[in-house]
Amino acid sequence: MSTKIIFEKLGIDGIESLKVYQKNEGYEGLKKALELTPDDLIEYVKKSGLRGRGGAGFPTGLKWSFVPKNPGKPKYLCVNCDESEPGTCKDRDMVTYLPHQLLEGIAICCYAVGIEKAFIYIRGEMLEGAEILEKAVAEAEKKKFLGKNIMGKGFNLDVVVHRGAGAYICGEESALLSSLEGERGFPRLKPPFPAVEGLYACPTVINNVETLSTLPAIMRKGAEWYSSFGTEKSKGTRVLCLSGHVNKPGNYELELGTSMRELIEVHGGGVMGGELKAIIPGGASAPLLTKDHLDVTLDFEAIAEAGSMAGSGAVIIINDKTCIVKTCLNLDQFFEEESCGKCTPCREGTRWLVDILTRMVDGRGREEDIGLLKSVCDNLLGKSFCPLGDSATSCVLSAFKYFPEEFEHYAKHGCSMLDAEKEMAAN
Amino acid sequence: MSDLKTEGLLSQETRDRIAELMARYPKARSAILPALHVVQEQLGWVPEEAQDEVAQLFGMPAAEVRSLVTFYYMYHRKPVGRYVVKVCRSISCWLRGAEKLEHNFCEHLGVDLGEMTEDGMFTVVHGECMAACVNAPCIQVNDRFMLDIDPEKVPEIVEQLKAGDPKYPAAVESWQRPEANS
Repeated sequence: MSTKIIFEKLGIDGIESLKVYQKNEGYEGLKKALELTPDDLIEYVKKSGLRGRGGAGFPTGLKWSFVPKNPGKPKYLCVNCDESEPGTCKDRDMVTYLPHQLLEGIAICCYAVGIEKAFIYIRGEMLEGAEILEKAVAEAEKKKFLGKNIMGKGFNLDVVVHRGAGAYICGEESALLSSLEGERGFPRLKPPFPAVEGLYACPTVINNVETLSTLPAIMRKGAEWYSSFGTEKSKGTRVLCLSGHVNKPGNYELELGTSMRELIEVHGGGVMGGELKAIIPGGASAPLLTKDHLDVTLDFEAIAEAGSMAGSGAVIIINDKTCIVKTCLNLDQFFEEESCGKCTPCREGTRWLVDILTRMVDGRGREEDIGLLKSVCDNLLGKSFCPLGDSATSCVLSAFKYFPEEFEHYAKHGCSMLDAEKEMAAN
Repeated sequence: MSDLKTEGLLSQETRDRIAELMARYPKARSAILPALHVVQEQLGWVPEEAQDEVAQLFGMPAAEVRSLVTFYYMYHRKPVGRYVVKVCRSISCWLRGAEKLEHNFCEHLGVDLGEMTEDGMFTVVHGECMAACVNAPCIQVNDRFMLDIDPEKVPEIVEQLKAGDPKYPAAVESWQRPEANS
């Protein structure tokens, strides 16, 4: 069922402006939040069951509670809007069309944690989004929803819109911090966790755009109301980015617990150009699923149980006219390009995966290549600072599981099994 | 900072904007990526001479600025056309015809990826997922989106840009080293 919480106000004419946003309950959630003590507010968000939407699904209120109360140095919020996981484009809608909802969520978070400076790390390619946010920040400051003495409550918050410059790795939270400090986006070893030592070695909260954009509705309508949606462990809704071979690609906000089948068939209008072959349920980093998984529900637990991950909420559909080996090559070209180069297993391993898959696709594959691919994956998995290297193995290992014959065909015959079948059918 | 030389590639406006950016952060160095964007806006790309000037402004070694300019791929390290067409090649766009789109742009403009057309108007590059997956295939023109593109429409898009479209402002002509012009 389509349940609109984050996108409830999407489509209201002019909602990106403060004036229209205010007429539509804008900043009323912040007003309610400011009536609570910060500690009570954190408890309230915990009660709602909201979990981070960046990929890991960590409980938001709990994350906030890890930040020390009086660290004797500033605390910061970094908003992760470095949306770059292939298949994912929800944050862009939230920033472009509902910028004040995000700013309101930022203010709620900062009040709860005692933060006076927030950075929105927006990927460089979202120039238009950054312009919209800059304008929204200026409007909100003028009306005392941001800036000094917010709503007359003595709470100050300065929000800086910070453009990145093209690097997927900066979506990884510790790399984001490096980048924001003016360094290459290299991930850092954890611990220390950002809640204790983050930006400029100060306590830092890092939240995704979608997580923060959910807060105003939770404050307006209540934690209990929010937790009445979703499954026992995955509360609320999620914006799912449905892309690839579907008739109606789009960002669909659905209650957690909705099935893959409903998303694809009802909302997405069915598979385009053929039959369903594979589903990537959580962005390019997530292992493939198949048509046997149509009844899997789209919550964190169910997808994990099916052997993949809910990740960023990007559901990518692949039809049966698509060669899975070429698909793996495309996915791993991405990870090779975006590996930051810090850790040897990832830097070298992603290169090897692309080299081997390229020669297979070019018809120069060898029978031992399948074993070699498996061994490269083994040398990548769990051996780097951040999960990028692991992500590069997801497609290959899951494709081996569900479509081993396509790799074998390439290795033995030097061509795609799909092309060979097509040729046979034509003769 | 009074001893900084003021002559060079960076205009006073660029320098002022960078100073403003530096003041927004608890540590000025955090402003380096936004500052390099400002430099690219003025010069069309980020030549080494400009990197040196930025290093001076930030009081950091030039090698560290180089390290950033090479790491973050949005900075151009050579002159580019007034329209940089970035074609997404990642999975969602790839499944819906990105290869054809990239091929058509390169063929129609007569350039390879990364090359500039002779008239200095276009450079075609590929990009990794640009977060418009539900509108695949997509491109960006000078970092502004063009969505749901039919690869057959490439000639029309090129004409539309040549004629000038307010939605996609042309960038400045890339700064060239004086000797390169002689």
